[in-house]
This record gives sequence, C-alpha cells and structure tokens, in this order.
Amino acid sequence: MALIEVQNLSKSYGEFKAVDDVSFTVNKGEILGFLGPNGAGKTTTMRILTGYLPATSGTARVAGFDVFNDSMDVRRHIGYLPEAPPVYLDMTVGTYLDFVARIKGVPAEKRASSVDEAMEKTNITDKRDQIIKRLSRGYKQRVGLSQALVHDPDVIILDEPTIGLDPKQIIEVRHLIKGLAGTHTIILSTHILPEVSMTCDRVVIINKGKIAAEGTPQNLTSQLEGGQKVHIEARAPEAGLRTALDQVQGITNVQIEPAAGSQNLSITLETARGVDVRNEVAARIVQSGWQLFELRGVSLSLEDIFLELTTDDAQHAEKPAA
Amino acid sequence: MRNLWAIYRKEMGHYFVSPIAYIFIGIFLALSAFFFNLFLSSAITQQQQAAFEGMQMGMMQNFDVPSAVVRATFGLLSTFALFFTPMLTMGVYAEERKRGTMELLMTSPISEIEIVLGKYLASLTLWIIMFLPTALGLTYMFVHSEPIPPWRMLLAAYAGILLLGGAFLALGTFISSLTENQLIAAVFTFAAFLVLWVVDAGANADGGFGTVRQYLSVIHRYDDFSRGILDTSAVIYYLSFIVFFVFLTVRSVDSMRWRRA
Repeated sequence: MALIEVQNLSKSYGEFKAVDDVSFTVNKGEILGFLGPNGAGKTTTMRILTGYLPATSGTARVAGFDVFNDSMDVRRHIGYLPEAPPVYLDMTVGTYLDFVARIKGVPAEKRASSVDEAMEKTNITDKRDQIIKRLSRGYKQRVGLSQALVHDPDVIILDEPTIGLDPKQIIEVRHLIKGLAGTHTIILSTHILPEVSMTCDRVVIINKGKIAAEGTPQNLTSQLEGGQKVHIEARAPEAGLRTALDQVQGITNVQIEPAAGSQNLSITLETARGVDVRNEVAARIVQSGWQLFELRGVSLSLEDIFLELTTDDAQHAEKPAA
Repeated sequence: MRNLWAIYRKEMGHYFVSPIAYIFIGIFLALSAFFFNLFLSSAITQQQQAAFEGMQMGMMQNFDVPSAVVRATFGLLSTFALFFTPMLTMGVYAEERKRGTMELLMTSPISEIEIVLGKYLASLTLWIIMFLPTALGLTYMFVHSEPIPPWRMLLAAYAGILLLGGAFLALGTFISSLTENQLIAAVFTFAAFLVLWVVDAGANADGGFGTVRQYLSVIHRYDDFSRGILDTSAVIYYLSFIVFFVFLTVRSVDSMRWRRA
C-alpha cells in the first residue's frame, strides 16, 4: 500500500524550477532514500510533503490525505526533521519535547510517556533537564530526531539526519532508523552514499529538480552494470593488445598503463550495457600467446552511479526503468 | 484552543528565561515608582499653594490631586509604552524564523491564528505585568484621599493603557513578522510609532485635515482614558486597530510559506 504518493510534482520560483515533474511512491513500512547533490530539490520536495510549502503543480498524498487540501490531517501523520533541528535554544529538552507533543496533538494523558519514549529511542533521557543551548551539535540533532518521533507518526521525513554526528552516533541513528521501518514509513534524504545502501529499501536519485534514477540499491547498480569495467593485468605488447581488443565487440573504452613495479600492463576496459567481454578477452590474450595475470570485473558502486547520473553529461542521464 | 495555550506557555517561558524581561520590568517599575512619587508630591504642593492663594483671596480653591496624579502617571506610562513595546515584539517572529523553528510550527497541525494569538496574548500579558504594579501606589493614594475619588477614573485609565499597549504590541508584532532580523523589526517599529506620534502632534491643527488626523491618532484617543473617561468609541477604535494588525500578522505568517528562495 502506497503511503506516500507523489505525482508530477513541480515547484517553481519564478523562472527557476526547484522541483520539476517529480513522481514517486513510498510503500507502507518502507525506507526510501532521497539522494542528490546540494540544491537538487530534496529539501523542497520534503517541505511540500510536510505542508510547509505549496506546490506549483502536481499532487502529493500522504496516508491518503492531499498535502494541500487536507494539510492539517497530513501534518498529524508526519514527523519531520528539517536540515537544521528546529529547537528552541532556551528551553530544556523535556520542556521542548512536551511542547512539540502538545502541538502535534498528543493527548494529555499520553504526553509524558510519549516524551519519555522518544527520548529513550534517541538516547537522550539523561539530558532531559539540560538547556538545549548547552548541548553539543550531536545531541541537538538527536533532540531534533526525538521531536520527529514524539507523536509516533505513521510517516517520518528526515532531511539529512546524520549530519553533524560523530561516527558512533551515526551508527546509532542508522540503527534507530532501520528499527523504525515496518511500523513507520520513512523518507530520508542524504548525500552520504553508504548510508543509503545501508539503511534504505529503495532509492530515488534526484538532480536539478528531476528524478535521475529510482530503484533498490541493488537494482540501480545492476541497471547500470552494463557500464561495467573490467580490470586486466597482462604481459603483452601494447600495440598488439590494442588491436586485439579493438576486435572485441562491446568494448567502449580502453585504458592502458604500465603496472606498478613490474613489466606488466594494467588495462582498464569499459564496456557497453549488458555485455560481458571477460571470456572473449581472456581467450584472445591467451591465444595470442601473451601472459594473463589478472582479470576481474569491477562493479559500479552507488557512488559511481551517483556521480555518473549527476554530472552534466546528457549521455549519462537515465530515465528510471519501469 | 489547546494549541493556543501551548504557544502561549512557550512564549511566556521565553520571556522569563532571559534576564532581559526582568531587567525591563525592573526598570519600568523603578521609573514609574520614581515618577509617581514625583507627581504626587508635586500635586500636593500645588494643592497647598492653591489653598493658600484661596485663603488670601477669600474663597475656596480646590486642586484635584488624584486626577492630576493619574493624568501625569498615565501620560508617562503611554511614553513608556512607546519605548518598551518594540522591545517586547521585536523578536517574536524574527527569532523563530532565524532559528528554523517557524518551520516546526508550520508543519505541525496548528493553525496560523493559534500561533499569532498565542504569541500576541503572551506579549499582552507581559505588558500587563509591567504596568499593573503601579496600581499599588495609585490605589493607596485613592484610599487615602479625601474624598475618595470614583474608582471608575482608575479603571478607565488602566483600560486605556491596556488598549494603547495592546495596539502598539499588535503593530510591533506585525512588523516583527515581516523580517528575520530583530534589530530591523525594532527600528521599523520605532519608526512606525514615530509616524503615529507625528500624526498626533499635528492633530491639534484646525480644519478638516486636522480632524482626520485627530481621528486616526492612536495616542490622541488615549488622553481621555487618562482623564478617567471611558469612551466606547475609543475602545472600539483600539480594538479595531488590534484586530486589524493581528489579522495582518496572520496573513504575514501564512505568506512565509511563499517567501524564501
């Protein structure tokens, strides 16, 4: 069941299109990663979903409610952590969370326990009476996370949740997010790529307001695995090697360098989509009487995909597969 | 309503956590006490003088001390309102926007009216806390006057300062909602008050224009209150003024959704 449905969403500021015809869905219990460079439109999209900004065109529905027409209902169902945690510096953690619980509509009798639970989940219970101004950045971030959880919302939207945290805290937060999946539906935006592969069920890559790719982290890698690389170490004459490789269909690029510390050559091949040239190349090298020391395929990491999709190369802009 | 209360509580908390509120209240009290004392002694002196002159001339001359003191005190309080209210309002929205907490409020199931009213009522409460202690001295004076003047006089005066302060707060809050910078909000609020004051200063001029300005003058209408007169048209004027600027503030808050780049 799709808990979040975004269709042809656009947001323009005058001539500038911050969000350009974006469509995606998030199913109940899923964690969706929103990946993109700075200024791609991630924050703007999130702000539209949370009811902060109105869209220029298109629709968005959360938990069945339209974000524009039923804004109040949508807000009741969403917990939101913006890029900078929206905390009041002069309040104590406990007072702040109590305030947020109130304005999110948590009934009076459940307020105290909700606040306690939210603090436990983010491990800030010992900071209850601390004035927020005095907290470290990491703790402020955790308070921000806490306020997104305090009313136990169906949908949680997190804008760069691990920013400013130290490695230990980052692991804790990722663990927390993974733990919330299933019972909660989550959208998180980030430009920390490993985070996406580690925590997200699905990924949407957004660039310049448009969706560049969509799918599970594995799908995305295999989708573009056609742009696979093959690494070879061999002892052979360069010219002869190049001629031999020219005859292999499907190779789009050949790079030859001397291998460090030996007389061998280090060769990197790029191939077209869906073509596996390893067998043929190995056969040719051996049949030509040359020595083959190493042959391996190098898979594209999400980082490669991301860079490829978000560089200004029209050739590489892909539309998501159905 | 519950949301309004939550916002109100939060705002009151903000005021009393910083030392600024305490300092302001302290200065306000000290100054009003000092001047009250001054006005009272001056009025008593004038009364004695009048009585003395009366005796010399062979007739009774009365000098209404309570009235004089009330007028002078509340005249002073109106000047205080001019200076203190911008300080109360300058940060109300500017600070939230700067800190990003406005985004929290606007993505929560709480209406703009609740936000605006919650904040406004908190600033009004603070204003009341500031001027109410003056009632101690004035009541004492009333009780010990011979004869005891009508309480209506005092009530009218307090109603006036409440409405005047309320009007200034409404205007100041609206200006605060237009910017992210507290100082700019304060400066523009002072400027706006200055304009009001100028309108008032010219309001004594005769002719059609003068009458119009008199009518519009926020400060001019206050005079009657400090004289102990409760003029319903003035009350309605102030309430309209307040409602108008509170309404504008609600619109302004809503427009925050459309503003940033």
